Amino acid sequence: MPIQLRAEVLDVRKAGAYSVLSLTAAGMPELARPGHFVTVSMGGEESSMMLRRAFAVYQVKSRGVYGGTLEIVVGVEGKGTQWLSERRRHDVLDIVGPLGRPFILPKERVPCVIVAGGYGSAAMFMLAEQLRDRGCRVDVVMGASTESKLFGVLEMKRASSKLIITTDDGSAGERGRVTDVLPGVIDKSEAAVVYAAGPMGMLSAVAAIAAEHRAYSQCSVEEAMACGIGVCMTCVLPVVGADGVTRMVRSCVEGPVFRGDRVRWDDVGTIPSDAFGAPVVEAS
Amino acid sequence: MSRAIIGRGPIGVTSETPRIDMSTSLGAMQLDAPVLTASGCAASGRELDEFFDITHLGAIVTKSIMMHPRAGRPTPRMAETPSGMLNSIGLQGPGLDAFIETDLAWLEQRGARIIVSIAGSSVEEYVKIAQKLRYVSGFDAIEVNISCPNVEDRGQVFACNPEAAAQVVQAVRRHVDQHTPVLAKLSPDVTDITDVAHAVVRAGASGLSVINTALGMVIDVDRMRPALAGVMGGLSGPAIRPIAVRCVWQIREAMPNIPILGMGGIRTGLDALQFILAGANAVSVGTATFNDPSAPIRVQRELAQALHERGFASLQEAISFAHRAHDVPEPLLAQFTVDESDGDPDGANEDGKEITEIVVRPADDVVDEDRPVAEVVQIRRDTGTEPFDQYKDWAADQAPEPVPDGQ
Repeated sequence: MPIQLRAEVLDVRKAGAYSVLSLTAAGMPELARPGHFVTVSMGGEESSMMLRRAFAVYQVKSRGVYGGTLEIVVGVEGKGTQWLSERRRHDVLDIVGPLGRPFILPKERVPCVIVAGGYGSAAMFMLAEQLRDRGCRVDVVMGASTESKLFGVLEMKRASSKLIITTDDGSAGERGRVTDVLPGVIDKSEAAVVYAAGPMGMLSAVAAIAAEHRAYSQCSVEEAMACGIGVCMTCVLPVVGADGVTRMVRSCVEGPVFRGDRVRWDDVGTIPSDAFGAPVVEAS
Repeated sequence: MSRAIIGRGPIGVTSETPRIDMSTSLGAMQLDAPVLTASGCAASGRELDEFFDITHLGAIVTKSIMMHPRAGRPTPRMAETPSGMLNSIGLQGPGLDAFIETDLAWLEQRGARIIVSIAGSSVEEYVKIAQKLRYVSGFDAIEVNISCPNVEDRGQVFACNPEAAAQVVQAVRRHVDQHTPVLAKLSPDVTDITDVAHAVVRAGASGLSVINTALGMVIDVDRMRPALAGVMGGLSGPAIRPIAVRCVWQIREAMPNIPILGMGGIRTGLDALQFILAGANAVSVGTATFNDPSAPIRVQRELAQALHERGFASLQEAISFAHRAHDVPEPLLAQFTVDESDGDPDGANEDGKEITEIVVRPADDVVDEDRPVAEVVQIRRDTGTEPFDQYKDWAADQAPEPVPDGQ
């Protein structure tokens, strides 16, 4: 059950190309699980930006002086995220969360692989910690276009069993993409589950590789959202249900985490003709 | 220091929750509260119920439902615009049967008041939906979304053509229970909205929802093509509020008695008040809900406060007030009393006597729209009780009311 509250900014720190905002969020840490997200309203009460922006929950602390804090990672992509990155200590933000369906954790101590593209890694630190707390081996592959776009490398080194970095320009780790190294990592660790967060193209490729290796994949998608709470029907994508029927489902409430083999990646951005409720094409 | 009173109590009393009678009606549908959700901005209420008690709203207006399940349009379906958004969802929904079984059943069990919004791509489809709803209980009214492309008329939107709009409304009116109020939701994308309003009312609409989104378009300059997969979309949010207020105003001028559910960019209680003053009997909060999931209930609270501050004892008194305002001295008149201790306010105080209070008192029994609400203005001066000259004629035949103490 999500809550809405006015959160005070406790701290803003730079991390490469990103800003990490630490917020008071009484009540949220207890509810937040890896893969959950929060939405933040932009620009104050009179803002001309009507839509909230969604951010993965990066870290939570349920105790402390402020009675519960929550951290998000902000990458500047437009004027909303620009505004947010300029917030300072004691500024107040309207936040709603935790939202969405989180990652599902394995019951048994199976080896897992985490794949994170860009600041998709923000969602993965809590996940890595909780997987390791369960005794799972956690290999992590982090990738970005360039070194400054990687988020939390040192921290992930601590949180993971093994960390492999890739960058498109070779400025850090191996030159190339996460999907270049992923098959080898899965083979070596005999991973049963692959967790992924990042751009849609990366998720699609990761889901395919996981399927080839008979690993179960869980992908946290990035779809443009308007409301984040399931009322606007903006953030839909075609997902195959347990009954084999493709439906246009909301990534904010039925996701953002989906089974990689259930998302029809190639059809994202379309209404597949066999989707539930798809327009009937009349023969003429 | 002189002081102005508008209404029964001193202005600016904010420490207590104002006790304002917020009840209103949309024709035969009595509402305990005047703020509703807007169709398509609240799904079927279940998600918002996690943020506030939806039964405290006037009613939930459900997302427009069609006869059959519908997948909607491809993504991107949305683009943010200055003070608003553009959407092209394409009426994604589960179809009428599933809606009745799940959404409507849940809402009824939850105890909410319900207005079911329906949509169709042909008059025939509206008829089928209406026939089915005739035998369904648990909802209070139907809103007919006529801003849909008519497949039988080259995709022309029903709402943009008075005859087509009237045809749909007449068909629905004929097939639903005669006691069920039928609201027609009008599009602002017409030359004269009162033409469509008259047409649908003649066709049997018991009220009007004003307005639907305005057709708009955004080009993504990076991709250099339309931002929405559906190319064009409906513009909503505060950006369209002045258009919506204008539409409510025009319809109220033309049709003094038709129930109006006003909407379009309402974000705060003062926004809602504009619609009420322009002639809306109730209002819907739409896009603002995406910005703030608590917006509908917050707007309702703020509206009560705003009415209280302006001296209204009930929402009813404020409906269409702006149309009657020429009969009533501007409450803003009160502003000049602030500086009266310095001398003549705007030269109005001819005899040099200090004005101490201006009381605009909403009458007790005003429900009739044709009578001005604030019908008694009494000006008391320290040194006399003569009505202020400029209001002499106006106030001459009014029995003086005791001035509330208000201190």
